[in-house]
Amino acid sequence: MSGYTFAEKALARAAGLTTARAGDILDIQPDLIFSHDNSAAIRRIFEQTGAPAVVRPERIAITLDHAVPAPTTQHAQNHAEIRRWVQEQGIRHFFEVGRGICHQVISEEALVLPGETILGADSHSTHYGWLGAFGMGIGRTEMAALWATGELWLRVPESMKITLNGKLQRSVTIKDASLRILGDLGVAGGQYRAVEFAGDALSTLTLDERPVLPNMMAEFGAMSAYLPPDQAVFDYLEPRRTRAYTPLYPDHDAIYAAEYTLDVSNLEPQIALPHQPDNVVPLSEVIGQPIQQAFLGTCTNGRFEDLQAAAEVLRGHRVRCRLVVIPASSQVYLRAAQSGVLAALVEAGAAVGTPGCGPCMGNHMGIPAPDEATISSANRNFRGRMGTPEAPVYLASPYVVAASAICGHLADPREFLSDRF
Amino acid sequence: MALHRVWVYGDNVNTDVIFPGKYTYTLKTPEEIAVHALEDLDPAFAGGVRPGDVIVAGRNWGSGSSREQAVTALKYAGVPVIIAASFGGLYFRNCINQGIWPVVCPELRQWVQTGETIEIDRQTNQILAAGRAFAIPSLSPSVQAILDGGGLLPMLQRRFGKVTV
Repeated sequence: MSGYTFAEKALARAAGLTTARAGDILDIQPDLIFSHDNSAAIRRIFEQTGAPAVVRPERIAITLDHAVPAPTTQHAQNHAEIRRWVQEQGIRHFFEVGRGICHQVISEEALVLPGETILGADSHSTHYGWLGAFGMGIGRTEMAALWATGELWLRVPESMKITLNGKLQRSVTIKDASLRILGDLGVAGGQYRAVEFAGDALSTLTLDERPVLPNMMAEFGAMSAYLPPDQAVFDYLEPRRTRAYTPLYPDHDAIYAAEYTLDVSNLEPQIALPHQPDNVVPLSEVIGQPIQQAFLGTCTNGRFEDLQAAAEVLRGHRVRCRLVVIPASSQVYLRAAQSGVLAALVEAGAAVGTPGCGPCMGNHMGIPAPDEATISSANRNFRGRMGTPEAPVYLASPYVVAASAICGHLADPREFLSDRF
Repeated sequence: MALHRVWVYGDNVNTDVIFPGKYTYTLKTPEEIAVHALEDLDPAFAGGVRPGDVIVAGRNWGSGSSREQAVTALKYAGVPVIIAASFGGLYFRNCINQGIWPVVCPELRQWVQTGETIEIDRQTNQILAAGRAFAIPSLSPSVQAILDGGGLLPMLQRRFGKVTV
């Protein structure tokens, strides 16, 4: 009999079974469930279920991150409703305005661990694959069901293996590799599947870089994505974790619905053009396209090393277009402040905002005017995503965002870094 | 046998054009949500849709966000069935859990145009359109039970002894 994929092992564990196969429909009990500003809407659904109280409040996390600080009275009422609710239900893992984006905060707090399962009311819940966890996004009603019962039905997805070999060149990042995968295989390339990453390129990635891959797999149609956790991950978790864990790895003879291999050694900087994340070309093909705004931040690329990469490009320059910088969390913000990275960004002309999702999905803090183009370090550039359907959004790495901000048009970061190599 | 007028769309229609993210924390009532259905894809839809109309789309309908309003906006607009060549994974789950029927039918889109009428025969599990019959794949029994029960919320209401409204 053939071996098991990571998804098969993780979901069998979450269902309390010894084994499970792709296609099985299981009732699983996740190790952590979380939601964000949508928690008020989830609460209203929960109230309709008739359930007396949330079950396992210690395994619920709620962050305020999607529109923080509240931009309108309506948003403020929404936040107030959530604050009352967490108090009432005894939800301890509640993270206030300014703490940061759910995926970053939950990772920093080590609320989910290798081999565990985490379901979030957010499509980028694939993010937690960087810790070797099974992370998947769900809808609001599904979250209300989890609050009420602690369980949810789930079909075990088929798995797809993506092998990344080689080592990225300087100023080419794992974001570029993620965009290349999307460009090669399309936004439906991982549809209904769990993606497992493998290959020698993975161990060369820093802990700040790793989440980019599983995070971007939400754009690939994947239900979940996984990186095999190594010693670097275990060391990161050790001082933070509050419970024991057992990492899970796929068997060598597991069955994959598809396999794909990419050598990243000769990869050039990539960019996704409007209006889809798989509309990817090498950056060199579109150099010079004018932009009016650059946005650095999000769960994809708002970590310390992302800000540091941008600062490296921006030092000694002034931006020619608006540059909005939003650290992914308060810890990122603090580290950037203490290390001088933040000063470099502000000196170059950046406008720095409260940790959170910022303008990524068009709520506030950097919504473009019609026809204004934005270069963003985010993961998604659907039409209207940043709040204005007529505004084109380009996706690229923090290096490319910074270089383009200096030029006021799409630009190659290597132009600004070559003297320092 | 039921007759349905169709609205036909292409491949990779994402959740943001079905229901823009900027409304996700401000609009609450079914009526408000339904008004913005397909706003950035087809501005004629919300004003023209009639109860019983169905969507016929290409590959990867509903890719992107987990936002449920991309399903409920259509449900509140009176759309009982969404037919697509394939669905975004989270969107497919949201359909089941909202009691709106997601039908995977790779070929149908090539044979119909917006404004035409199709028949959905639940007895024989077929779609009849353009003089042809298209098979509707069956769902697993536990998933079918959620759909038949009207979605996840009515199931929970029965479990917790609350009368379904």
